[in-house]
Amino acid sequence: MEAIVIDNLSKSYGKVKALDNVSFSVRNGELFGLIGPDGAGKTTLFRLLTTLLTPDSGSAKVAGWDVVDDYLAIRSCVGYMPGTFSLYQDLTVEENLNFFAALFGASVRDSYELVEPIYKQIEPFKNRRAGKLSGGMKQKLALSCALIHRPKVLFLDEPTTGVDAVSRSEFWSMLADLKQRGITILVSTPYMDEASLCDRIALCNEGRLLGLDSPHQLVASFQSPLWAIRAKNMYALLEVARRFEGVTECYPFGEFHHLVVTDAFDAEKFARQMNRCDDFVMCEAHPTIEDLFIKLMKR
Amino acid sequence: MGFSNFFAFVKKESLHIIRDTRTMLIVMCIPILLMVLFGFAISTEVNNVNVAVVAPNRTDGVEEAVDKMARNNYFSFIGYIDNSEIDKYLRSGKVGAVVVFDKDFDRYLAHSLNGIPVKPIIQIIVDASNVNTAGSATLYLQNVLLDKASQQMLFETRLLFNPQMKSAYNFVPGIMGLVFILVCAMMTSVSIVREKEVGTMEVLLVSPVRPFKIIFAKMIPYFLISCIVLILILLLARYLLDVPMSGGVGGIFLLSLLYLVLSLSLGLLISTIAETQVAALLISAMVMMMPILMLSGMLFPIENLPTFFQVVSNIVPARWYIDAIRKMMIQGLSLLDVWKNCLILAGMTLMLIVVSLKKFNDKLE
Repeated sequence: MEAIVIDNLSKSYGKVKALDNVSFSVRNGELFGLIGPDGAGKTTLFRLLTTLLTPDSGSAKVAGWDVVDDYLAIRSCVGYMPGTFSLYQDLTVEENLNFFAALFGASVRDSYELVEPIYKQIEPFKNRRAGKLSGGMKQKLALSCALIHRPKVLFLDEPTTGVDAVSRSEFWSMLADLKQRGITILVSTPYMDEASLCDRIALCNEGRLLGLDSPHQLVASFQSPLWAIRAKNMYALLEVARRFEGVTECYPFGEFHHLVVTDAFDAEKFARQMNRCDDFVMCEAHPTIEDLFIKLMKR
Repeated sequence: MGFSNFFAFVKKESLHIIRDTRTMLIVMCIPILLMVLFGFAISTEVNNVNVAVVAPNRTDGVEEAVDKMARNNYFSFIGYIDNSEIDKYLRSGKVGAVVVFDKDFDRYLAHSLNGIPVKPIIQIIVDASNVNTAGSATLYLQNVLLDKASQQMLFETRLLFNPQMKSAYNFVPGIMGLVFILVCAMMTSVSIVREKEVGTMEVLLVSPVRPFKIIFAKMIPYFLISCIVLILILLLARYLLDVPMSGGVGGIFLLSLLYLVLSLSLGLLISTIAETQVAALLISAMVMMMPILMLSGMLFPIENLPTFFQVVSNIVPARWYIDAIRKMMIQGLSLLDVWKNCLILAGMTLMLIVVSLKKFNDKLE
């Protein structure tokens, strides 16, 4: 069965189309990633699915319930963690957890076993006010609060934005844990490196889906040859490389520039010409989600 | 949502309030400050007016009249002065009023008591740089001095309920009308809008709890605080400002509770309109306070307003509340006597609740 079914969903704010005819579905027990830059429509999609917004057209089902007709039913069976920290900063860690349990008519004792792996990391600070926690701890508390009523589907809107690298990887291992317990998770992130940790991902930009598959399959669909180049003067290199025959795309990628080429591209000729640049390095590169994203976005 | 969960909401809301000590302090201090300010500092009543007397013949009648005035708490007799010194004394501010007796005071007083018409025999010269004080002082001075003679006067003026024209009597109901709007409407609207602004409302909405329950739970702690403020104001009014409360404290309290609920509903309505805390604050402070100050009869009598504003004042809830409280506190009417005001206030409350519940959105748009 599908935990989330989205069918031609559209939503506009005035003239701005935040979401434009999006359709996809998320399987039960899946860890599904929504990958895209700011303004891609991720938050709008979350708010539509959590019934905070009403769609302009199209329909969606969460846990079998329609987001318009059965919105009250959805509200009691999903967990939602908005993009901004949305707990009470003036309440302590423990008070927040108790409050959110009460909100859903659940008791902390009954659900403790589910949140324990996460909550026990912040339990030493249970009498500290939530506003005084570090970014990583705030996210752990927010996740605990979103889980306290044993939701069927968990919506996490950019949970790792603004969180340090260590906390980010900890957070993702917690998500993997929750997935093991059968909770369907829809998570959005602007970080491409987190995409590979999902079962399946949807790439989105400007309210439209660019592609949807498992990270592995998506990367495999990147069929063009890809090169990584580097030189002392990176900017000049970019300019020159873009004009070279057979080069479809050249863009900065970490310490290198990535060069997307067609079959007409002559690597040796390119290397000979570029050797005039100081410290020129060129090697074949493996495509990543980000390469695919850029390719799909330009199309 | 069961009762225990409802209690969890009330508890959470109370924690917010308790932890925000600064706001808490302001809420408790504003009423006291206003009471003291209006009760003592901003006062139009006659209090300790220095009076000098000019009497060409210090006869028994004159001495008796001066004596009576000197014994009165509201006037201080500073002594007899000469006719030529009147201007100097008034200008220097040494005295607020000078009483000049006719040189044939005793004779004319006797004539007057026997029913023979006489020319004025006492002249009161008052420093009228403060119009309000001057007016009240003159009236009160006349009352004191001409007590005996007044039996024979054609017009007899008596100031009922508030013979000393104490301004506290006038201001206390006004302050009550103002403070509860401030405490209830402003605080509830800001606290609801804060949830919208911070983003916690999003999480609250994605839960099985219906929003009106969340909001109802929010109102309870503010209602309790307002009750404390109400008791505080009533105690201050009774024991510090000596407001009589002749209509019965119970009735005043009951009517005030109704007004509290009305203010809370007003706050709820504001919260459905305002998107940010600043907006909520501005709406409650500016849009609510101005009509209360100007159109409720607190500062200016409604009868003195232009007709247009008299009509507008009908929709200002504070007008009906202040009017009723004034009647109960000072005129000694009971709650039943002001049933019309009660009915209007109850109707307004009901309307506010219905409109705000209708307007309250359990979505983000």
